[in-house]
Amino acid sequence: MTFQRKDVLGLEDMSAEEILLALDIAERFRAVFDRPVRSVPIMRGRTVVNFFHEPSTRTRISFELAEKRLSADIVNFSVATSSFSKGETLRDTAENLAAMKIDMLVVRHKSAGAAQYLSKVLECPVINGGDGCHEHPTQGLLDIMTMRQRLGDLRGKKVTIIGDISHSRVARSNIWGLNKLGAEVTCCGPPTMVPGNIARLGVKVEYDLKRAVAEADVLNILRIQLERGAGTGFPSNREYHRMYGVTEDIVRGLKPEAFIMHPGPMNRNVEIASEVADGPRQVILDQVANGVAVRMALIYLLSGGDPGALASSDAA
Amino acid sequence: MNFTEKAVIMNRDDVSRAIKRMAHEILEANSGTRDLVILGVQRRGVPLASLLQEAIKAVEGEDLPMGAIDITFYRDDLSKLGPSPKVATTEMPLDVTDKVVILVDDVLFTGRTVRAALDVIMDWGRPRAIQLAVLVDRGHRELPIRPDFVGKNVPTSHKEVIKVKVEDFDGKQEVVVGEVQG
Repeated sequence: MTFQRKDVLGLEDMSAEEILLALDIAERFRAVFDRPVRSVPIMRGRTVVNFFHEPSTRTRISFELAEKRLSADIVNFSVATSSFSKGETLRDTAENLAAMKIDMLVVRHKSAGAAQYLSKVLECPVINGGDGCHEHPTQGLLDIMTMRQRLGDLRGKKVTIIGDISHSRVARSNIWGLNKLGAEVTCCGPPTMVPGNIARLGVKVEYDLKRAVAEADVLNILRIQLERGAGTGFPSNREYHRMYGVTEDIVRGLKPEAFIMHPGPMNRNVEIASEVADGPRQVILDQVANGVAVRMALIYLLSGGDPGALASSDAA
Repeated sequence: MNFTEKAVIMNRDDVSRAIKRMAHEILEANSGTRDLVILGVQRRGVPLASLLQEAIKAVEGEDLPMGAIDITFYRDDLSKLGPSPKVATTEMPLDVTDKVVILVDDVLFTGRTVRAALDVIMDWGRPRAIQLAVLVDRGHRELPIRPDFVGKNVPTSHKEVIKVKVEDFDGKQEVVVGEVQG
């Protein structure tokens, strides 16, 4: 099994084998964090560009840390400081990057498909750091990694994704990835925020939160993304919290070992009650640590040349 | 790629005897076991490291701390080979700072694996010394690296391949020389 792809654009087109390979290698990188020297020299002398066309703190920091721990040279540019504010098109920006000979591009963009478009224009590997409401594959992988650390094999495990399914690229990447590994996914949220045809992705839909979580092994709570117009889907934050917020009361109805995930940043007392966010069931900081490891693994897997030559590596 | 075996250059007993002799040499060179740590290079260096550990125990009655080193993230030929999906683990039994590390590998060839292994060790701590023990030294060094303890010196041509077989992975304990076609 080798990793043959040029880019990581989403979990929809990744195979279960590729996902598991990335996660296994991510576990190896996790071990590097515990050493006195927390970086390895794999990407020495190579340049990674982090292109963030949308505000992001933790994904950008996580990618940056991953790149630094692989000893890559890093260039960051975000919309506020780039010529996008002067009206340059995505294609022109991409061609400029290509002319400057970069070795890898991480892109976060408000438009779905932006990463895919850039992957076709650029010869170097492209990693999707989130494109509009489409996919956020590294978040999907770190979520799955966190689940696998606690549950082992995910076949038959029950995952409930709660919140604004319509606007969530995290939900979509989770659904595609989890389905491939055989988990059973249930989506729960206000009917205004769950696409009518979501069941076509192979998930169950349940509008009642208590019922949706009763059998769950994991709750993955989505952030209510007010900046994406999520606020129009429900009357008020308080009402959302009352109907779909994960509160102490909801936690009492969970299976004893069930745990709670959130991709951050949290809207406390909207989608998650403060006591739950600080409670014993949440694994949010594991997710953060796994995020760096998963990103290291993907950069590592995408950074090599011809994997066909692998067979001869034993001879040395 | 086809590997054809040409000859067995060390059989089971030869390997055992070489390991025993190396154990004695290590103890002699270090005047005993004080501060010694054995680290095997993944993968075949690791079972050889345990053989060495057993051989030392047979002489001194003491279990030396033992660990494993994975060099995947430290290779200098990633762009040539592509990333290896086979990543093993580095396991450090203790802080190697001020210890004397016996680094164990199966075959010493270009020296590049050892170079990478040295970098791994340095990222974990600062040993007082690192000594290199290899079962087979086949020559053709590309870096200024030399072994301190050698099981057998085997002059080879570039085309030849040395395979060390160990019980854990191959169900056999021997060293063969062969050629690769294609």
